[in-house]
Amino acid sequence: MADTSFPGPLAGAAHAAPARTAVLNRFRLGNLLFLNLTRAAAVLVLVLLGGVMVALIEGAAPALREFGFGFVTSQSWNPVTEKFGALAPIYGTIVTSLIAMLIAVPVGLGIAIFLTELCPMPLRRPIGIAIELLAGIPSIIYGIWGLFVFAPFLQTTVQPFLISLFGPIPLLNAVFAGPPYGIGMLTAGLILAIMVLPFITSIARDVFSTVPPVLKEAAYGIGCTRWEVVKNVVLPFTRVGVIGGVMLGLGRALGETMAVTFVIGNAHKISASILAPGTTISATIANEFTEAVGDIYTSSLIALGLLLFVITFIVLAIARYMLLRLEMKGGK
Amino acid sequence: MSNANPFYGRRKSRSNLMMGLCMAASLFGLAWLVMILAALLWNGVSGLSLDVFTQNTPPPGSAGGLLNAIVGSLIMTALGVVIGTPIGILAGTYMAEYGAHGKLSLVVRFINDILLSAPSIVIGLFVYEVMVVRMGHFSGFAGAVALSIIVIPVVVRTTEDMLNLVPNQLREAASALGMPRHLVIRRIAYRAARAGMVTGVLLAIARVSGETAPLLFTALNNQFGGANLNGPMASLPVVIFQFALSPYKDWQQLAWTGALIITLSVLTLSILARVIASRSRQ
Amino acid sequence: MKFKSLAVAAGMAIAALAMPAAARADISGAGASFPFPVYAKWADAWNRETGKKLNYQSIGSGGGIKQIRARTVTFGATDAPLKGPELEKDGLVQFPMVMGGIVPVINVEGVGSGELVLDGPTLAKIFLGDIKTWDDPAIKALNPDLKLPSSAIAVVRRSDGSGTTFNFTDYLGKVSPDWKEKVGSATAVEWPVGLGAKGNEGVAANVGQTKGSIGYVEYAYAKENNIAFARMKNKAGKVVSPEVTSFQAAAANADWSSAPGFGVILTDEPGDGSWPITAATFILMHKKPNDPAAAAEALQFFDWAFEKGGPMAEQLIYIPMPASVVKQVRDAWSAIVGPDGKPVAVAK
Repeated sequence: MADTSFPGPLAGAAHAAPARTAVLNRFRLGNLLFLNLTRAAAVLVLVLLGGVMVALIEGAAPALREFGFGFVTSQSWNPVTEKFGALAPIYGTIVTSLIAMLIAVPVGLGIAIFLTELCPMPLRRPIGIAIELLAGIPSIIYGIWGLFVFAPFLQTTVQPFLISLFGPIPLLNAVFAGPPYGIGMLTAGLILAIMVLPFITSIARDVFSTVPPVLKEAAYGIGCTRWEVVKNVVLPFTRVGVIGGVMLGLGRALGETMAVTFVIGNAHKISASILAPGTTISATIANEFTEAVGDIYTSSLIALGLLLFVITFIVLAIARYMLLRLEMKGGK
Repeated sequence: MSNANPFYGRRKSRSNLMMGLCMAASLFGLAWLVMILAALLWNGVSGLSLDVFTQNTPPPGSAGGLLNAIVGSLIMTALGVVIGTPIGILAGTYMAEYGAHGKLSLVVRFINDILLSAPSIVIGLFVYEVMVVRMGHFSGFAGAVALSIIVIPVVVRTTEDMLNLVPNQLREAASALGMPRHLVIRRIAYRAARAGMVTGVLLAIARVSGETAPLLFTALNNQFGGANLNGPMASLPVVIFQFALSPYKDWQQLAWTGALIITLSVLTLSILARVIASRSRQ
Repeated sequence: MKFKSLAVAAGMAIAALAMPAAARADISGAGASFPFPVYAKWADAWNRETGKKLNYQSIGSGGGIKQIRARTVTFGATDAPLKGPELEKDGLVQFPMVMGGIVPVINVEGVGSGELVLDGPTLAKIFLGDIKTWDDPAIKALNPDLKLPSSAIAVVRRSDGSGTTFNFTDYLGKVSPDWKEKVGSATAVEWPVGLGAKGNEGVAANVGQTKGSIGYVEYAYAKENNIAFARMKNKAGKVVSPEVTSFQAAAANADWSSAPGFGVILTDEPGDGSWPITAATFILMHKKPNDPAAAAEALQFFDWAFEKGGPMAEQLIYIPMPASVVKQVRDAWSAIVGPDGKPVAVAK
C-alpha cells in the first residue's frame, strides 16, 4: 500500500489509446497534487507545533540555567526570593490524572460497551450524544460548578465518610487523612474524570462499532456469553483504537487548566492525603502567569509548561512500549 | 438453549454482572450531565431574555446582554475551525495513507501527541509572541489562530486513527479496479471513516468553544460589539470568566446565562452533525 | 468534495484577513482586575455621552505592566505601583485613578459582621500559622466581650498573583517583622499555611463555605456577598470599620507629591480614622506613545472620569481620588508628548 507512484507498465501501455493516456496522466497529476498537498499540511503542522515547542524551550532556558536539575527536585516555590522548584506541581499533576484515569477508563469503556452491545437501538444515539455533551461543557463551567456545587457536597458527605471509613486502616488512613476541605486533589481528580469520560467513551464507541459483525456472530455461535464476546473479541480487535482514546483523555487530564484551578486548593505542598490541597503544572501557570513580572519567575512558569511536555512524552513512551509488547504477544 | 455444561450458569451470571456494571457506568455518566445541566438551568434560565442576544455586555448595575460575546465567539470559533480542520485532516491523511512509517509522520505524530496535552495558555503565549507583539495590538484574528492551533492536534489524531481503522481490503479493491490513490483516499477511505472524522472535528469544536486561556492574550476582550477582526474581540468564555468572578449579582447572572448558552449551542451542534452524518450515510 | 470546499474557504478567509483591515482599533487598556468594574462602567457612560469607545480588560496587574511595556495597549493598569527607576527605564508615566479597601473576612460561629476586632500583628500571626485557634489569648485580648470558639483557624488566601495580595502582604510586612523576614510582600508569595483560592470570588466562596475560616478580599466582595468582615485597629491604635470615610481618611493622610509616579502605597497610614489596608490603583502610559491620537483620547477619558465618574465609582464601592491629587495628576499629563514634543493632552 505504501508506494505512491504508478509503475511503468501502465504508462507504457498508454500508446494504445491516447484518451487513456490523458486519463492516466490526469490521475497521476491528481495523485501527485494530493500527495503534496497532504505532505505540505503535515509539514505545516510540524512547523506550527514545532514553533510552539521552540518558543517554550527558549522561554524556559533562563530558569533551567538558574536552577539546573534542582528545578525538578525542589519543593520550594517562593516568588519573593525567586527560588522555584517544580516537585509539588509535578506530583499534583500525576496524582490528579491518576485518580481521573482510574475512574474514567473503566467507566468510559463500560459506557461504550453498553452503547454498542446492550443498549436498545432507539436509545443509543441520545445516550451517546448526552455523554458527548459532557465534552462540550467548557472547562470554566466545570470549575465554577465544582467550586460552588460539587466541593461543598463532597465536604459534607463523601469526604467525612472516607475519612472515617479508612481511618482505622494503616497506610490508607494517610491517603485519606482529614480535615475535609471540599476542595483538594481528590475533587480535582473527580472533576477531571468527568471531563475525560466523553473522550474515552466516544472514541471507544466508534472503534467498537468497527468490529465486523461476523466476528461477534461467530463467537456467539460457539456459545460465548456477551461478556466473553466483549472480552475476547471486541476488546482485542479494537485495542489500538481504545488506547488512542485513553491517550486523548489522558492528554486532556494532564493539561486541563481552568477546572482544576478552581477546585484543587492551589497549595505548593506535597501531601500524602488526596483530600489535601495541592497544585498541578497547568493550574500553577494559569494562576500565576498574568501577575508574574520578574524574568526568572516568568521563565520558571514556562519551564513548568515544558515539564508537562516531558511528562506527556514519558507517558506516551510507556504506552507505546506496552502496545508493542501486546502486539508481539498477539502476533505469534 | 438447553446446556448441560455446569460452568455455563457461572459464565452466564458473570456476563450479567459485567453487563450490569456497564449499565451502571452509563447511569453514572448521565448523572453527572444531569447534575451539571440542572445547575446551569437553575442559575441560567432566569437570566435568559431577548436582551441577552440584542445588547452588549453592560457595566455592573445596568441591564445588558451578551451580544458582543456571542458574535465574537461565533466568529473566532468558526474561523479557528475553518483554518484548523483542513490542515489537520490533510496532515492526518498524509500520516495514515502516504507516509505511515516515514520519518515525517513519526516526528509529526510525536509532536502532535505531546501538544494534545499542552496547556492552552502556552499556545496563547506562542500566538501572543508571534502575532500580537508583531502587530502591536490584540486582535480577534490572533484569537482565531490560537484556537486553530488547538484544533489541529485533535483533528490530526482522530483523522489518522479513523483512517487506520478503514479495512485495507476496501482500498485494495478500489485500487484493483484502477482507481488512482488520491481518489481511493477521497472517495473510499474518507467515506468509510467519515463518522469518526466528524466526531473528531466535533470534539475539537467542543474543546475550542470553551477555551478561555488562549484568548486572554490574543483576542483580549471588548465590551463594545463589532466584527472587526483587527481589534480586540469579545468571547463568551472570557466574559463568563470575568463576570463569574466579579462581586456583582447582575454580572454573575450573565455569566451563568452565558454558560447555559455555550452548553446548549454545543448540544445543538452535536445533534445536528450527527443527523447530517447519518443522512449522508444512507 | 467536502475537503476541497473547506480548503478553498479556508484559503479565502486567510487571504481576506491577511489584507490590512481599514478600521482603526478602538483605544484599549488592560491590567489590574480590581478596578475593572468601575472602568467598564465609566467606559460605557463615556461611550453614551461622546460616542467614543474605550475598551478596558482585566488581565491582572502584572499583565498590565507587561502589555504597556510591549506597547500592545494604549494604557496599562496596575495595583502595585512601579518604582521611580522602573518608570524612567521604560519611559512611562504613572498616576492613580481610583481607590478601594481590602478587608479581612471571617466565618466564625456566633460572631457577626463587624463584631470581631483584629490588629496588624495578630492578623500577621494568623496568616503565619502561629495563631492556630480562634480562642487564642491574642484574639481574646482584642475581643474581651466576644464568645470565641476553640475551633481551628482555616486560612484562605489567593492562589493567583494579585494586586490585592501585594497590598495585603505589604501591610503585614509593615506591622510584623516576622512576616517581613519569613514571607515578604509581593503579588504572589510563598504562603506558610492555608488554602489557595482563585480570585477574590474564590476566596469569598471558600470563606463562606468553610467554618472557622479567615481570608482577605476587596471590600466590594464582602459587601455584595454579605460575608462577615472584621474591624481593624489602625496605626493610631483606633478601631475602624471598612467604609468610604475610613478609606478616604487613609488617602488624605498620604504624601502623594513626593513619590515618583504617585507611587504611594496606602497601607498602615497614620490618622485616627484611617483604614489600615487601603489601596490605590494606577494607570501606566508611555511618555512617547506610538499613537498620540489614541493617547490623547485616553487622557480625555481619564479627565472625564475624574470630573464626572465619582458618583459612579462610589455606587460600586470605589473611592474617587481627592481633588488635590487630581490636580497634580492633570499636571503630570504634560509629560506625555507627541512626535512634535507638544503635550497630547488639551490643557484645561
